[in-house]
Order: sequence, then C-alpha cells, then structure tokens
Amino acid sequence: MMWAEWTIALKFLREGKAQSTLILVGIAVGVAVIVFLTALITGLQDNIIERTLGTQAHIRIEAPQERNTIVPAPPGTTQLVLETKRAQRLRSINNWQQVVDVLDTLPRVTAVSPIISGPAFARRGDALESVALFGIDLERYQRIVPLAEDLIAGELRIGANDAVIGRLLANDLGMTVGDKLRLDGGQGRETIVNVAGIFELGVRELDSRYVYLDMKQAQSLLDLPGAATVIDVRVDDIFEAENVASRIDRLLGLKAESWMETNAELMNALRSQSLSTQIIGFFVALSVALGIASVLSVSVVQRTREIGILRAMGTKRGQMLRVFLIQGALFGLAGSALGGLAGYGMVAIFNNFGPRLFYVPVSPWLPVAATLLATLTGVLSASLPARRAAALDPVEAIRHV
Amino acid sequence: MSEHDKREEVLRLEGLRKSYNIGKPTEVEVLHGLDLCLQRSDFAALVGASGSGKSTLLNVIGLLDRPTAGELYLLGDATSSMDDERRTALRGNAIGFVFQFHHLIQAFTALENVLMPLMVASGKPTAEQVAFAQQLLAEVGLQGLEERKPDQLSGGQQQRVAVARALVGRPALLLADEPTGNLDSKSAAEVFQLFRKFNREFGCAVLMVTHDPRLSEQCDRRIMLVDGLIESDEVVSKAAPATAPA
Repeated sequence: MMWAEWTIALKFLREGKAQSTLILVGIAVGVAVIVFLTALITGLQDNIIERTLGTQAHIRIEAPQERNTIVPAPPGTTQLVLETKRAQRLRSINNWQQVVDVLDTLPRVTAVSPIISGPAFARRGDALESVALFGIDLERYQRIVPLAEDLIAGELRIGANDAVIGRLLANDLGMTVGDKLRLDGGQGRETIVNVAGIFELGVRELDSRYVYLDMKQAQSLLDLPGAATVIDVRVDDIFEAENVASRIDRLLGLKAESWMETNAELMNALRSQSLSTQIIGFFVALSVALGIASVLSVSVVQRTREIGILRAMGTKRGQMLRVFLIQGALFGLAGSALGGLAGYGMVAIFNNFGPRLFYVPVSPWLPVAATLLATLTGVLSASLPARRAAALDPVEAIRHV
Repeated sequence: MSEHDKREEVLRLEGLRKSYNIGKPTEVEVLHGLDLCLQRSDFAALVGASGSGKSTLLNVIGLLDRPTAGELYLLGDATSSMDDERRTALRGNAIGFVFQFHHLIQAFTALENVLMPLMVASGKPTAEQVAFAQQLLAEVGLQGLEERKPDQLSGGQQQRVAVARALVGRPALLLADEPTGNLDSKSAAEVFQLFRKFNREFGCAVLMVTHDPRLSEQCDRRIMLVDGLIESDEVVSKAAPATAPA
C-alpha cells in the first residue's frame, strides 16, 4: 500500500540531502527545547509541590466559623444591621472521633490525623517564645508529615511529658535533648515537658514555633478537654484534593481547605509558569512547522518538472499529494526522534552536572507525545505544499525549466 | 503482441477543438475541429510549422489537457466525461510519452525510471516487471547501465531510457514530442529505429511530432497540421530502406 509514494518520497528526501539535513537539525533543536523545557518545568513544579506538601496536609479540616445569627425582620419592615463579626475562639470539631471514622472510609483518602493545636508560650529562664502547640496522635500524624525523617537529635517520642520541638526554637531557648521546657497556655495553665527530640522540617516558621506533644497534654494546656481543633487529611492524588475537600465540606458541614486553596498564590504562580512554558512550546512548534512548510514549498517548485513527468506517467493527484505529506511526516518523525534524544541528553546532563537543586525526571511519554505531535505537525505543514504539487497542471509543469 | 489485429483502432478524434483563455478577451482557438483515426499498426509523423498546434494536439491526445469541444476516444472509450482520476489511470495504462528533453527523475536509477509508470500504477514491481524493464533497457542498448543515475548517462542514453520507460507499460499508443530534437544524428537514428521496432513488435501505434524531414519521410503516415487544421494526411512509401520489414 502506497509503496510508490513512499519510494518517491524517500528518494526525494535523499536526493535533497543538504536541505533535508538542515531542516532535520532545525526540527530536532525545536523538539529538544520543548522536551527539555517541559521536563525541567514539570520537574521543578513537582519539586516545589513536594516540598510544600512535605510539611502540609493535603486537606485541613476545621470547625466551621462562628457567625452571628440575625433574626429576620417581619415582612414589610426594613432592617438595618450593624454587625460586629464574632471573634473565632479556639473550638473543637464536634464529634471529631466520628468524623475521623467517616473520613477513614472515604475514597481517595489515605491518611487522617486529628490534631489539637493552639498558641502558647515557651519559657526558659527569662527567655520567652511564642509557640504553636500540636497535640497529635503520633502514629496517624506520621502518615501526614513523616516527622521521623526530619528528626535531627534525640528520638521521636511524645506523651508522658515528652515533647518534640523544632531546631530553631531549641536554638533560641538554648535547649538540647533532655532539657526541661516550661509551656504556658495562658490563664495559669502551665506544664513542664521534657525535650525528647529536635526536628528540622526546613521551613523557618515551623522549625521556630512548633512543639509536638501528646493530645491529652495539649488539650489540658489549651483548656479544651477531649478536643481536636484540626483534622489533617492526605489523599492519593494531590490534584484531587480540591474535589475531596469540597466533598468533605458538603458531607460533614466542616470547613475543609485543600492545599491548593491554602497555597493559592503558589498554584497561581505554577499555573502561570506552565502557561508560559506552553506558549514558548507553541511558538517553537510553530516555527518548526513553518520551517517544514517552507522547505517543502521550495522542493515543490524545484521539482515542478519532475512532478509533471510523474503525472504524465500516470501518477494520480492523490499520490502526488501523499508523496509530499509523507515527506512532511518523515521530517517530523525523524527530527523529533533526534530532538527527543537530544532533550533526554540535556536532561541527563542537567541532572548529573547541573546545579543539582532538584532532580528532573522524564516521563517516557514525553518523547512519545513529542514525536507524535511533531509527526502530525509535519503532515499539517506539508499539506499546503502538497496540495500545490497535486494541483499542478502537468502540461505546464513539464514545460517548467 | 505482434499477433494483434493490425486494424485495431487506438485513437479517434471527432470534431476536436481546443481554446485557451476561454471567456477572456484573449480567447484563442488553437485546434479548429480535428477528425483523426489511428490504428495499432500506425507509425505516423505529425508535422507542421511551430504554432500550428502540434504540441497542443499531442497534450490533448495524451490526456494531459482537455479538449474544449469534440470527443476523443482512446481504445474505444470516450474520454471527455472522465474525471481526472480515470484520465490519469488511462493515461498511465494506455499511453507512453517521450519528450524532447529526456525528462527522467534525477533521484532514481535508469532501471527505476523505467519501472516508474508500473510503480505508480500498482506499487512494488513484480519480478516479471523488473525482468521486462531490464529487457527493454537491453533492447535500447543500455545493458549494464541499469543502476546509473540520469546524470551519469549521456543525452542519447538518457533519451533511450525515456523510450524504455514509455514502453514498459506496453502502451497502445506512443506519443513523442520531438524525441530526437535534442540528439545528434546518430543517436536520433537509433531512437527512431527503436520506435520502429516497438511499433512492429508490440503493435503500439506511434505518433511523433518532428521537425526533421529525414525522420518524417521514413514514417508510414504523415499528418500535416496547419493553423490548427489537418491539411493533409497521407501514406508515405512503406518501402523506405531504413524501415524495410521482412
């Protein structure tokens, strides 16, 4: 099938070696840029997201905000309301044990961790630091933030007066493992804990303020016996977090916020970055397409007489069309294969010899997709010159010098 | 092929007209209603001054161009109502072209050039087709040069490749537009002899445009075109020495 078209197309390409080589290199450079850029940006974004989510839950659930209830005015009267928003005191999520049980059964949810969190002061001698207390169920919490990986001293042990604190806090208070830390929850609720371990999550805010301790101890410090103020949730697909969050919201009537919402600015930045990558890719692809089209247009003009002869010998219009479409497809295919390899090479060089800030993985689908797209682009860009070749009048074509 | 009915009709023109620039102020009629009939055994020269419409007629007969009016029957089929696809197929099957300049495809070897009409008609050539193409190349005296590219052949050799190419599809009609115009007299005579030979052996009608009186005199039939009309259509002596058959 199409044997003649393939043979003629291949011979034409081989005859115009210099032209073919130049355009192939051009396509390869374009595809390499697209592959490298896409891999780089994807790697960078994955890295940023991974770092962000390393210390964050995918979804954070809190009790709904407290609102003023306004008595509706009787019909026929106009009501002017001067409302002072209510202060949001620290509150427990109602029936949080049952909520955790329900969340555990939800699809996509892979980890659920109830937390009681609130403000306190840490004191040592005259030094006073404001801290964030985190009363956690260590086993469940580990599935959200793998604390064990970030421990730099002591051991990960909470409960029975043991607490784990951040490196910067330990620094500020001049503490090491085994020291005693006085925690003040306000209104005279005080306790003394033993620093069992020191962690470093790599985020300044967390390392200088977080104190992990047993739930019960935190509950009594914050005067919320039996309470959990936050439930952290992890899902299997981070980009599904938004959907799962809104489902939880509807299902349980709680305030569920996904990491995408929490990091709206980051997401916005990532989206803009992706968009600019796509725009660059589009214009590179466009110039590749124009390159293919112009090379083939020149070729049609150069081969006008040969096209006329082929037509005189019984080559049909459709065959003539396909001869040039095949050339476009081959340009796209071969050029993108070369470019894909070059792009891979560039990524490998970046990973091994680059700044090594992060690792860029290349999905095996990327070169495949690039090749398919480039082949399609080749066919599309060839369509104009190919139609011109097919439309040539054989009588005039043969006379063409 | 030589056992074919020598009277078999290959081509018939009825009131064939051809105009250019139709509907424009520059409209001009080049062919003013021609009637003509060619048999398989015919070996005809088409002569006439330049501008008399010879090339136009050849292009119309070769289905490269469409007549404005009248009908052209090729192997008994009326062609005016055919679409481009069918005309192209018929052209590939029934007609062989030899142009003044060799018109080979540079990217292909001599053998591949000869096989080209078969390739575009039915794909990869069969072993028999390749053998036939090689036989034709041998008959035009190019044995051993099958793998040469056109630019590695002399002008005469190139024209002989073109002759072999025109014949590879065993056409019923061979059209030649000043096939020897670009050759020295020795090569011209050789090419002419090839036409003669294939006319005899394959029963393929030959219609040749030529300015060379020495060649036209050796043809069996001489059709004279003057200002788009056939002025004379005469049988020349068949006893010309160069063409004497057994």
